[in-house]
Amino acid sequence: MSGILFFLIGLSGLVFLALAVGIWWAVKSGQFDDLEGPAQRILMDDDDPLLPGRGRGSREEEQLKDGP
Amino acid sequence: MSGECFHCGQPVPPGVDLKVTVDGTPRAMCCRGCQAVAEAIVANHLEDYYRHRTAPPATPQELVPDALRQLAVYDHPDIQKSFVVDAGEHLREAVLILEGITCAACIWLNERHLMQLPGVKGVNVNYASHRARILWDEREISLSKILAEIRLLGYSAHPFSAHAADTLRRARRASDLRRLFVAGLASAQVMMFAIALYAGAYYYDMDHGTAQLMRWASLLLSIPVVFYSAIPFYRGARSALRTGHLNMDVPVTLAVLAGFFGSAWVTWRGEGVVYYDTITMFVFILLASRFLEQGAREKSVEAAENLLKLAPAMATRLREEKAEVVPVLELAVDDLILVRPGEAVAADGVVIEGESSTDEALLTGESRPVPKRPGDAVIAGSINLEGPLKVRVTGVGENTVLAGIVRLLDRAQAQKPRLAMLADRVAAYFTAFLLLLALATGIGWYWVDPGRVFEIVLAVLVVTCPCALSIAAPAAIAAAASSLLKRGILLTRGHALETLARVDHVVLDKTGTLTHGRPTLERVIPLAGMEAAQAKLLAASLEQASEHPLAASFLAAVEGRACLPVALPQNLPGQGVAGTIGGVRYTLGSARLLKETPQLPQAADWPAGATVVWLAVEGKPLAAFVLADRLRPEAGELMERLKALGVGASILSGDDEAAVRHVAETLGVADWHARARPEDKLAKLQALQAAGRVVAMVGDGVNDAPVLAAAQVSIAMGGGTQVARASSDIVLLSENLLDVARALATGRGAIAILKSNFAWAVGYNVLALPFAVLGYIPPWLAAIGMSASSLIVVLNALRLR
Repeated sequence: MSGILFFLIGLSGLVFLALAVGIWWAVKSGQFDDLEGPAQRILMDDDDPLLPGRGRGSREEEQLKDGP
Repeated sequence: MSGECFHCGQPVPPGVDLKVTVDGTPRAMCCRGCQAVAEAIVANHLEDYYRHRTAPPATPQELVPDALRQLAVYDHPDIQKSFVVDAGEHLREAVLILEGITCAACIWLNERHLMQLPGVKGVNVNYASHRARILWDEREISLSKILAEIRLLGYSAHPFSAHAADTLRRARRASDLRRLFVAGLASAQVMMFAIALYAGAYYYDMDHGTAQLMRWASLLLSIPVVFYSAIPFYRGARSALRTGHLNMDVPVTLAVLAGFFGSAWVTWRGEGVVYYDTITMFVFILLASRFLEQGAREKSVEAAENLLKLAPAMATRLREEKAEVVPVLELAVDDLILVRPGEAVAADGVVIEGESSTDEALLTGESRPVPKRPGDAVIAGSINLEGPLKVRVTGVGENTVLAGIVRLLDRAQAQKPRLAMLADRVAAYFTAFLLLLALATGIGWYWVDPGRVFEIVLAVLVVTCPCALSIAAPAAIAAAASSLLKRGILLTRGHALETLARVDHVVLDKTGTLTHGRPTLERVIPLAGMEAAQAKLLAASLEQASEHPLAASFLAAVEGRACLPVALPQNLPGQGVAGTIGGVRYTLGSARLLKETPQLPQAADWPAGATVVWLAVEGKPLAAFVLADRLRPEAGELMERLKALGVGASILSGDDEAAVRHVAETLGVADWHARARPEDKLAKLQALQAAGRVVAMVGDGVNDAPVLAAAQVSIAMGGGTQVARASSDIVLLSENLLDVARALATGRGAIAILKSNFAWAVGYNVLALPFAVLGYIPPWLAAIGMSASSLIVVLNALRLR
């Protein structure tokens, strides 16, 4: 039983190190500088950035046309 | 056609019929500015902005050609040196601060619009701090064009030169975050092993080998916590001890180090109880609470920093009759500079030649021109209005009045509320007492049962740690400040909050505070066969040509029609403007320009305090314009709310009686004073304070610095002068008067929570102490108890958000 324990504990140590490196990288790359931005960005409906005139208005117009 | 402007939400003035088609539906606009912005949004397919926004934007200002000229300064290489970085061949990067942001959609709008510009290679806006990092190719687009595009949308941007303080703050925040994560990860792991030990080793028979494995694993994982994450506490303790003081970090350091080395010793020996879980959890919770509190405080500091603009710092220096354009940084005392009409004065100085007037709104908040003649002093940052001035420099850069006031702001940021300072002192005494107690406990238990000494002393150190006490005040203040900031109320000084809670009287300035501060054209009265429309056009053209402060109100009235060309525009100091249109010499100004002033029939109908401006030819009046400063719509509601809060109100103004009486009666304020000079205002303030009232002063300028300084709390309107904002305790960024009532209410709530926090923190410590000393609390329970109490304090504070 100790054998597997050794292995697992060793593994968790390695995972810990990997996570620590990951955190170090995340902080360095500035991901924690703006905590509100990504939350807001998700809500914005702009998947196709610069296509002009996607006719989004027409979708709503059609809904209105369908009547109450 | 009445209703609300689709873009900014303001009511559409009667007679205005501007429309823009958004998403297929024509929408009403209140002015040319909003119309221009809405058209720009539609043209660039950014209608999503209207769908997603949660707050109306700031009303856009007219894009006067003057502003564009000022923007061009930002392209000058010497100016760019201080905030533009080279990001590659032909690529430049700069950080801009965006103003006028009212909700997330505004940021989105700016981001998208800028991305579409040719030459802009990257835009990244920080939603929290409103700072935009822009990357552009200097061959395709210039910085001034980028700034102009932002203006086009109704916002404004100014460059942010990364203060050393800002970089330092960011670096420290990053390292705090790393320490926090390491502590969190490690303590989670260590707690797992601790559970194994509790489940098996302490009460049942786990074989020795397995138990040792657990202990060694815990030790290894505690090493990064003890030797990396907890370092800030060691530093704090060392600096405190060096100066002979005690602070909260001392018992923490003792607990962590004693716990670690004690447990290491036990691990080496192979039997006994280890406390790695206690100390790692301890460190993690402490770091977490400090991090949260720092984060909230930094938000206020960042917002305050945004208020300080990088002034376009170029000046025209005169050397031996030659004029050269140099960066202000190069100016020296006794240099001669030329300040043209419309330019900002680059440095403090004395007028040598020329007669003009300057707009010292910078200091006084009032756009009333101050006449300047040779021998008069001028202030850096004020705007020269009428004629060119030759100025001898007396103060530059750090020595200007403006810089002095900015320094005050920096210093004031460090001020702590009285209650928090009290808490620090109490914590110091308490810590000393605690350490002595721990020592006594250790000695006592050594006599009774030496085996338990370590465990009990550790428990005492941990459970009685006065961190809850130290966090109580900062947490409440940080939470309150951050919730205020969300509503656009900036707290620049911590102490303001507790004083705010005690305010029972508010003194308000009139011009610019209760009113918009900008005269609006109320009525046009044509005479002598002139037509109203023609009169307006003539007036607007004259104003535009001479860049008079009143130009904006006339231009708004003209609504889109081009101004007539004006030859020989002339400023008549203190009286008005003149110009030749179509061969005829017109004057526009005060009644003094007329040969005789006609009696106007409707005079009784005008709002009190209105100014009359006359359009005339050779002294014969052609038309009269009635200009009045409109009251802010929410002023009435503010008075009601103040009454509900039990706060009295007074109006103090330098304006004349009729105007002030009118405003006071409209708002139902009994106590008002007109024609008040700074000394009068100060006297009135002191009288109130002598009567025992705690007074808050609301103004839009540092009008009368002594008065604002004398008031216990000073509140500035966000649109007011830079100097006012820098030196006030509270800045209303949203310019909404109701925020005054909100700030008062929040202040009271914050103090209530602060008091309850203190009560809890002290009560807990006092209660837990005897149990710990008598040995009833094992270290793990101590850690939980201390963490829980800190957490409760922070959560209680979060109720304010």
